[in-house]
Amino acid sequence: MSDSPIAVEQHGPELLHHFVDAEQQRDAATLGMWLFLATEIMFFGGMFCAYLIYRFWYYSEFAAGSRSLDITLGTVNTAVLICSSLTVALGVRAAQMGKRKLLVVLLLLTILFGLVFLGIKGVEWYNKYEEHHIPGPTFNVDDLVKAYPNIHIDPQHEQIFFSLYFAMTGLHALHMIIGVGIFAFLTFYAWKGRYTPKYYTPVEMGGLYWHFVDIVWIYLFPLLYLIDRHR
Amino acid sequence: MSEHIMSSKFYYTIWITLLCLTGITAAVSFVDLGPFNAVVALVIATVKALLVVLFFMHVKYTSEKLTKIVIASAIFWLFLLLALSMADYATRHWS
Repeated sequence: MSDSPIAVEQHGPELLHHFVDAEQQRDAATLGMWLFLATEIMFFGGMFCAYLIYRFWYYSEFAAGSRSLDITLGTVNTAVLICSSLTVALGVRAAQMGKRKLLVVLLLLTILFGLVFLGIKGVEWYNKYEEHHIPGPTFNVDDLVKAYPNIHIDPQHEQIFFSLYFAMTGLHALHMIIGVGIFAFLTFYAWKGRYTPKYYTPVEMGGLYWHFVDIVWIYLFPLLYLIDRHR
Repeated sequence: MSEHIMSSKFYYTIWITLLCLTGITAAVSFVDLGPFNAVVALVIATVKALLVVLFFMHVKYTSEKLTKIVIASAIFWLFLLLALSMADYATRHWS
C-alpha cells in the first residue's frame, strides 16, 4: 500500500474504475451470471414441474408419447451438445492462454455443433408434423392407439404430453438460437483480438450460458425419451 | 485465484466420460428395470450435470463462496418447487 491518499493503479482499459482489480471484476461478473442462471433454473423449473404433475396424472399417455420419440436422434443430439460443451470449455482455455486463432476456431465449432443440434431437432419436429402429433385441430393419435394396444390412450391427455414436449424442446431450442447469436458476437470480437489472458470475461460468461443450456438438455433427454419405454 | 487453467487432456477426459454416460443411459432404457428405469436415467443425468457444472463451468475452482451459495440456493428453490407441488398433487386422493 502506498502512503498517498489516492492510490492510482496502472491498469488497462478493460478494468472498470469501480473494481479494485481484474479478479474482483471477474468474480462480480461470474456472480451476476450465476444469479441470471438461477432465474433460468426457476424458468425451466416451472416446465419441469408441469411435466412432473401431468406425468403423475396421465402416466400411460406419457409412456406412449415417450415411445413415439426417436431415441436415436435424441441420443445423437445429446452427444452433439456434449461435444459443443467441450469446444466451449477448450475455447475458454484458449482465451485464458491468449491463443486468438484457436479461440476463433473453437467458437466457430461451437456454433456449428449448435446448428447441427437445431437441424436434428427440426427433423424430429417435422416427423411429428407428418405423424399429426402436433397439438391442435389436426392432432391424431390413432397410430399410437394401434401401435400400443396394451396402453390406455386418451387423445386429450396425449395432447398434453405433446404440448409439453413442444413447449420444453421449443424453449430449449430458443435458448440454443440465442446461444448461437451470443457466440457469433463472441467470434467476431475474438477475431478482432478483443479478448486477452487479462480480459476474457465475455467468453467465460457466454460459456456458462452455453453449458447451462446443455444441462437443461441433459435432463430433457431422459425425461422425454428414456424413462417410460417399458410401461 | 479464479485464474485456473486446466490441461486440455483433463477436458477431453470429462468429455469422453460424458459421452460414455450418454451411451449407457440410452442402452439401459432398453432394459426393463421396472420403476428403476426412471431412477437410473435421472441419476446418470445428475452425474452428467455435476461433471459439467464442476469442471466445464469451473465451479469446483471458484474462489468466490457467494457464487456457490447462489448455485446451492437455486437448486434448493427448484427442490422446493417440485417437492411441495408434488406433496399436494400426489396426496390428493388420500383421506
